[in-house]
Amino acid sequence: MAIFDDKVRKQIGDNLAKLTEKVHLLYFTQELECGICKETHEFLKEFTSLNDKIGLTVFDFVKDRDKAAHYKVDKIPAIVVLDKSDNDTRMRFFGLPGGYEINSFIQSIFEASGLKEMLPAKAAEALKKINKDIHLQVFISLTCPYCPTAVSAAHRIALESPRVRADMVDAGTFPQLAVKYNVSSVPKTVINETIEIIGAEPVEKLIEALAKA
Amino acid sequence: MEFKLNIGPSDSGERVLPMAEDVLYDVIIVGGGPAAQTAAVYCMRKGVSTGLITMDFGGQLSDTSDIENYMGYRYITGVELASKFREQVRQFEIAVLEGKKAVSIEDGREKTVRLEDGSAFKARTLIVTTGKSWRRLGVPGETELTGKGVAYCAICDAPLFAGKRVIVVGGGNSGIESAIDLAKIAEHVTVIQFLADLTADKILIDAFKAYTNTTVLYEHEVAEIKGVQQVESVIVKSRTDGSVTEIKVQGIFIEIGLVPNTSMVKDLLDLNEFGEINVDCACRTSRPGIFAAGDVSSVPFKQIIIAAGEGAKAALSACEYVLRES
Repeated sequence: MAIFDDKVRKQIGDNLAKLTEKVHLLYFTQELECGICKETHEFLKEFTSLNDKIGLTVFDFVKDRDKAAHYKVDKIPAIVVLDKSDNDTRMRFFGLPGGYEINSFIQSIFEASGLKEMLPAKAAEALKKINKDIHLQVFISLTCPYCPTAVSAAHRIALESPRVRADMVDAGTFPQLAVKYNVSSVPKTVINETIEIIGAEPVEKLIEALAKA
Repeated sequence: MEFKLNIGPSDSGERVLPMAEDVLYDVIIVGGGPAAQTAAVYCMRKGVSTGLITMDFGGQLSDTSDIENYMGYRYITGVELASKFREQVRQFEIAVLEGKKAVSIEDGREKTVRLEDGSAFKARTLIVTTGKSWRRLGVPGETELTGKGVAYCAICDAPLFAGKRVIVVGGGNSGIESAIDLAKIAEHVTVIQFLADLTADKILIDAFKAYTNTTVLYEHEVAEIKGVQQVESVIVKSRTDGSVTEIKVQGIFIEIGLVPNTSMVKDLLDLNEFGEINVDCACRTSRPGIFAAGDVSSVPFKQIIIAAGEGAKAALSACEYVLRES
């Protein structure tokens, strides 16, 4: 089953041609794949075949539970982004990054490969002062045009700061989490289970919010 | 599975510069929709130094699903067209500041654009292309419960209301489109319409009437949205006899059209009765050297192709002004 049509495949391929350094994706699924796990697996196989700088390793959520624990993967389907040296970038995708979210997925891969703009000096300073572990969960729907911006902002911070990890969570794939965190509007960013941000905020604003977590 | 790719080729051929506070630009464009981007291309081709300040590239174009009336494309999605515009702008050495909100404008020989974060940028002329945003109801509970059941983007948030009871405010095209999207998955949809009829296109009304889990309250308005952590109920009031009803719902989608984004210029420029910036046929506002284009301006008909054309006109007017005044 082809996931991408010819046009999208070419567009993504052209984009990925700009990758400078290798990126390694880890995919967590299970032996008997659920519908969305299977679809995400197909998506990743096809996506990573478009450029040989992107590697893919598949893990079993149950059998490789030590790996899952190491990368803080507590649900599937899950995609973890590693850089060229297999260092964890702390950027994760829970659910299939389709619809509008393909944009944040490509963006995160670019950034993991070193293609990124500098953070503004003030924001970089503020981020250095963060002295506790931060977990960002960005709830999205695949039909939301504003959501990729929120995901990319959270991921950008995770990439810059070893104290921060950031998850994209598809509310459609994980409805029980959407209920748990009272998600009735996307994007919604939950910081350390306590602070909630509704709508897409620029990186600087998000860093300000982290300071209060 | 559909993929709405709008990420552009980001490095190769990109010559975009950062905006600098110590530069006096010939033109600063405020906004990032079709009018802004067309103006940017025209200014760069004229060779004037240009800066562009926007929260995001694309504007309303990015949340338009299908476009069948932009010449040259029989069919194109909003994201695709937005990404083509963006690519065309970013081939130039234009100064761009993205993700920042402009809050005020000061007139003078040099015009100043002040941003939310305190920074300020100067130019000889300005083009205001800030577009429109969703209109809010302005009733108690709306602000407090935004994102907690009060929603403005049905395509974004409809999936979160599966099996729930919701209200849609507005009987125009966007209201009825949202009501249809919601009726597919929600338990029940109540449409609150200010007027005695629905004003949506007939084709949409027919599609809407095919759903049996819907109610329309004509000549009603929302008086209050109630709830603590989440929306619990909505108070609606009849416009004919003043009677008040409380409807238990978990969500309310507000689809009552758009308002021009003029907060930063409302004390500086002449606005019309709809709050749009009054412009003449050359996109000139009431202040020399300040131009406006697209949906934020008084130009009749809000269309992508019109906004783009107006952006071109505003840019040529601004360039002419720069040449004449310097």
